Amino acid sequence: MQDTFPLKTPTQTRMSGAGMALRRFYSDLRREPLGHAGFIVIMILILAAVFAPLLAPYPAARQSLGEALQSPSAQHWLGTDEFGRDILSRLIWGAQITMRTVLSVSAIVGPVGLMIGITAGYFGGRTDAILMRFTDVVLSFPSLVLALAFAAALGAGLNTAIIAISLTAWPPIARLARAEALVVRNTDYVAAARIYGASHLRLLLLYIAPMCVPSVVVRLTLNMATITLTAASLGFLGLGAQPPMPEWGAMISAGRRFMLDQWWVAVMPGFAILITSLAFNVLGDAMRDILDPRHTRG
Amino acid sequence: MENQILEVSDLNVAFGRGSVRAVDGVSFTLGADKVGIVGESGSGKSTVGRAIMGLLPPSAHVTARRLHFDGLDLLDQTERQMQSLRGNRLSLIMQDPRYSLNPVLPIGRQVAETALLHGNMSRKDATQAAAAMLERVQIRDVARVMRAYPHQISGGMGQRVMIAAMLLSAPRLVIADEPTSALDVSVRGEVLSLLDELVTSNGSSLLLISHDIRMVASFCDRILVMYKGRIVENLTRLEEARHPYTRSLIAAMPDARHPVHRLRVPDRESFEPSHTPLAGETL
Amino acid sequence: MTMIDVQDFHVRFRSRKTETHVVRGIDLRVARGECVGIVGESGCGKSTVLRCLVGLEGGWTGHVSLNGKPVRPERQKEDLRAAQMVFQDPFGSLHPRHRIGRALSEPARCMGLPHGRERIAAALSEVGLPAEFADRFPHELSGGQRQRVAIARALIVEPALLLLDEPTSALDVSVQAEILNLLSDRREERNLTYLLVSHDLSVVAHMCDRIFVMQHGVFVDELSPEDIGAGRANHPYAQHLITASLLGDAA
Repeated sequence: MQDTFPLKTPTQTRMSGAGMALRRFYSDLRREPLGHAGFIVIMILILAAVFAPLLAPYPAARQSLGEALQSPSAQHWLGTDEFGRDILSRLIWGAQITMRTVLSVSAIVGPVGLMIGITAGYFGGRTDAILMRFTDVVLSFPSLVLALAFAAALGAGLNTAIIAISLTAWPPIARLARAEALVVRNTDYVAAARIYGASHLRLLLLYIAPMCVPSVVVRLTLNMATITLTAASLGFLGLGAQPPMPEWGAMISAGRRFMLDQWWVAVMPGFAILITSLAFNVLGDAMRDILDPRHTRG
Repeated sequence: MENQILEVSDLNVAFGRGSVRAVDGVSFTLGADKVGIVGESGSGKSTVGRAIMGLLPPSAHVTARRLHFDGLDLLDQTERQMQSLRGNRLSLIMQDPRYSLNPVLPIGRQVAETALLHGNMSRKDATQAAAAMLERVQIRDVARVMRAYPHQISGGMGQRVMIAAMLLSAPRLVIADEPTSALDVSVRGEVLSLLDELVTSNGSSLLLISHDIRMVASFCDRILVMYKGRIVENLTRLEEARHPYTRSLIAAMPDARHPVHRLRVPDRESFEPSHTPLAGETL
Repeated sequence: MTMIDVQDFHVRFRSRKTETHVVRGIDLRVARGECVGIVGESGCGKSTVLRCLVGLEGGWTGHVSLNGKPVRPERQKEDLRAAQMVFQDPFGSLHPRHRIGRALSEPARCMGLPHGRERIAAALSEVGLPAEFADRFPHELSGGQRQRVAIARALIVEPALLLLDEPTSALDVSVQAEILNLLSDRREERNLTYLLVSHDLSVVAHMCDRIFVMQHGVFVDELSPEDIGAGRANHPYAQHLITASLLGDAA
């Protein structure tokens, strides 16, 4: 959506406005110790994903059968798996897969849920009834089972996992956006826009959507925890990323055979999943407290 | 003044640390009379009322040389003691009565509860006393209102219910913060005269906080005009107004009896605290 | 020339089971350049009349023409330009994420009118605000300044008729005076027609040439500002309203 107000330096002023909002958001976040910790963990994960080639001590797929199933040591900080691959390196490379899944799903689910939700909320009546009943139908399936069915039907792989998770993750976003749109469409500024003849599309995209974005972003962040878990579950069941890709869920699946004697093979990736989804959760909670004044803690 | 009920001396309220004072050196006394505090938004008039009630948020820093109510130093009271004072000897009427009433209890029970607290009587007698009071504040269909929940009654009705409860608890001081601004014009007069009846019959004092200087002037014995946290003038009649702020406030109001082509817009320069003319100096 | 011509005007709101007859047959004729007021208590239907005339609510029946053109409940874009509205709450009537410049350029853009920076600056100066305000957000403005922006937004599409729904009742007295003066000036300058709804009789008496008193969805009385000043009315309800609102001066 381009800036419609012809300032001399529109992008500059708009950028500085957004930059200021971001800076204010971060200074608010720093006052929430838990949320700030979650934010730092997510940042570390993103950096690990981006700089995996530099950070990982070994290539992800380098096998060394002589070093198989070694316990954590100075050489292999988190031990090695049954093929002698370094678990720390695989976790770092695996962060790439997790982040890619989480961000792709959010990038699909956010706009789709937002558009369906605000369309239903803004038009109301029959449009609302049809869109929301459809949403309810999708919502009533257990998301993992539905994702499993999709992944099984489309064939296993990382991309089908992303599509499968996306197909099940948009309904909560749509419901949220609809609730917000119901409030916004009755405001005086929308009434004023209707009087000066703003089209439905314009009202939806330029007036209603911007008001729903903050809560959708919060909801997306909270959802990222679930997405991490669902992706790992699909990987664990062999329907996500395929070996030898270092997907965390698949790593647990491979490691469970050695659970009793070589616990680190399964526990280390499990720990990574736990930390990641916990970090998304606390970050999302903190964001809700900051962005949504209705949820103040007592 | 004989029979002094409230004495406020050099009351200061500041929010946060080192910020501007919302209330700045306010002093006045209240006997068994009706006093109005008038000012525009941000003048600190509501903050004065809340400071007396002890209802300011913890971020507010309240100091005063004296803040005495009915022989008690309000600054020394614990929160628990303040709580028993409020709704007992000290009462507050707010703009929207529906927020002051308990939303999940029927009106009749809430008024009867007050009667129970203040008189030694059975529950049945309390309910009868409540009905009698609701009748006294000119509620027509008492039986229906007794059964209604706060969200089912109108604003004017809610203020009557509040006044009925206060007739039972007989507070020494009633603070009314914009009690009529959410009401329709035709109900305002009735609510005000009920308030008048309440304070006269109890011999208590009333502090009426409002933005409407004419309404206050017609109803109260004295008018305190607040501007930027200070009391700039203490009047008994509007005609006595000397301070440029008070005069500009009166001039800015349209008056159907004295039609003008353009309204006088206050010249803020003339009454900013830095160049306030001395009392008696004309505009 | 007649700016507003309303005959046999009814508004009914239907829900699934019940039908509420909010406006029960009113006739209203307002000449160009006139300022007409409607007073009444909450729920009497005065705001509904305004919202129907401006095109926000459908569901009315009767004959309505604005500026000589008959209009129907479903409004065409060209018809919308004839009438604009100023709302009561200055805090809710501007989009919180649109800068002032954007708030003013949007109506002009939607109506296909010039909306360049100069046009915005002119619109702002017309309501007594400096051109730099274009870069501000609504939350950086006071209530009075926001109401000025709302007036500029209504005027930028150059309507012949302005519908004012309690335009000053959320404002302080001194700010109210500024806004009422501004509205009077613009009316004289552009020969605008105003339909002003308020519960405040002194505001209506100050602004309007004729005042209708509305009760239970019908006009029960028509008064002149002099009538209100002198405290006389034909209908007992109108008399009651005047007495109640002149309370301050009666003592």
